[in-house]
Amino acid sequence: MTGPLLEIADLRVAFRSARGISEAVRGVGFTMGREKLGIVGESGSGKSLTGRSVLRLLPPGAMLSARRLAFDGIDLLGAAPSAMRELRGRRIAMVMQDPKFSLNPVMTVGHQIAEAYLAHKRASAAEARDKALAMLEAVRIRDPQRVYGLYPHEVSGGMGQRAMIAMMLAPDPDLLIADEPTSALDVTVQMQVLAILDDLVSERGMGLIFISHDLRLVASFCDRVLVMYGGRVVETVDARRLGEARHPYTRGLLACLPTLEGGEGELATLQRDPAWLTAP
Amino acid sequence: MIEVDRLTVEFDETRAVDAVSFRVEKGEAFGIVGESGSGKSTVLRALSGLNQHWSGGMVIDGEEQSQHRTRAFHRHLQMVFQDPYASLHPRHTVDRALAEPLRVHGVGDREPRILRALREVGLGPEHRFRYPHQLSGGQRQRVAIARALILEPRVLLLDEPSSSLDVSVQAEILNLLQRLRRERTLTYVLVSHNLAVVAHLCSRVAVMNAGRFVEELDVAALRARRTQHPYTAQLLRASEGYDRAAAAALVTFD
Repeated sequence: MTGPLLEIADLRVAFRSARGISEAVRGVGFTMGREKLGIVGESGSGKSLTGRSVLRLLPPGAMLSARRLAFDGIDLLGAAPSAMRELRGRRIAMVMQDPKFSLNPVMTVGHQIAEAYLAHKRASAAEARDKALAMLEAVRIRDPQRVYGLYPHEVSGGMGQRAMIAMMLAPDPDLLIADEPTSALDVTVQMQVLAILDDLVSERGMGLIFISHDLRLVASFCDRVLVMYGGRVVETVDARRLGEARHPYTRGLLACLPTLEGGEGELATLQRDPAWLTAP
Repeated sequence: MIEVDRLTVEFDETRAVDAVSFRVEKGEAFGIVGESGSGKSTVLRALSGLNQHWSGGMVIDGEEQSQHRTRAFHRHLQMVFQDPYASLHPRHTVDRALAEPLRVHGVGDREPRILRALREVGLGPEHRFRYPHQLSGGQRQRVAIARALILEPRVLLLDEPSSSLDVSVQAEILNLLQRLRRERTLTYVLVSHNLAVVAHLCSRVAVMNAGRFVEELDVAALRARRTQHPYTAQLLRASEGYDRAAAAALVTFD
């Protein structure tokens, strides 16, 4: 593969409501390769819809348009539903926030991973089982045989999320979209899950879109960060140079976070400027 | 104001809180940090009387507490929960949410009290007859704080009061809590998984793991990272962002 992994230009997602048409994503554009790209923003900024647009998995009634939306040279806007199904899960995978809601509660963890693998690859049941066990091991679950047979309610949040990642990575996707994958987890478990993603990206040469509200965490993990506000990317920053961010929204987000060193004085609050919604 | 001596809470076979002791002075903000399942919220629920299956000693505002609390007790101690969407009744207006504690406790002058409570948390009379779904997350948490304050309690128990909010809204809520404590000499017990939030509001912090306080330190020691227990040091490191080497060095403490 030579071209970029993902190309997005002028992406728009709109909803029809009683008050007319409201645009939730308003002209997002970026190009990414096999890297760790962060998308940061507050609730309603359009970050999740941007991620979901790539898979064309949007809520009913959403209207999607873009000047370009292409994965590995394949035009996703013109792709037939069958072509999208070929891509989803196999080449582009997605991990969501809470494993409690994304795992099937009445199927064992291992069985679900094997089933997902069989949906994308031609393999026997025994091969799928071996693959699922290997994937559980890859996400550093200590006793894969035992965990294979557990139901989702029998595993912790961190283990459930690792199982989700194992399931998504079994077909060896080229791009993983992770939407707040660690927000429901404790900080130490979060670190472990991120380390797994980090290693998998560097070992497999996968692209990763990491969507989160946590600017500092994203900057410590990703290579590049897109900051979204009101449905638009207001700034793209090199993750290591977060301190040099220019946009008042990015700077405001950083300033309003309490820090250990910060003392007990008033925290800065964000003064929103209507111009952020329109300025180029 | 609060004295807890060897507080223990057991559910069936599990000991969720294991002989925890601490003191909180009047007007002080005391923080409890820990990860999920550490027992930190259970301590708060035992203090508030929501959980009656505890043993040990508990003195609040000079009075020895039993498992069952009086109505007067609840007037002086109120709680704010993590998720204001879950803790406000979806079909009750703000006005009704704020009037209910006054009615339960037979307090008159409801109208001026409700208006004053709204003003104190930075809301206006225009919010008074709205339903929770007509408010933003930050506004809802302000209503929850107003409801806790309307009976003019002395102690406020705060269970992750800002962790379901966007960071810019979190800053506003933390500033509000800080100001209210100073103005009214309120005593806070704050539970959170976020060390920075606890360090911001509290003067002393207990670190909890597996039902026990592994260490209690003042906020200056926390800022200087003068920790006694390796669990605290690990928690501090993990909360400073992603670091591949730190992730590899993580251990489990029991």
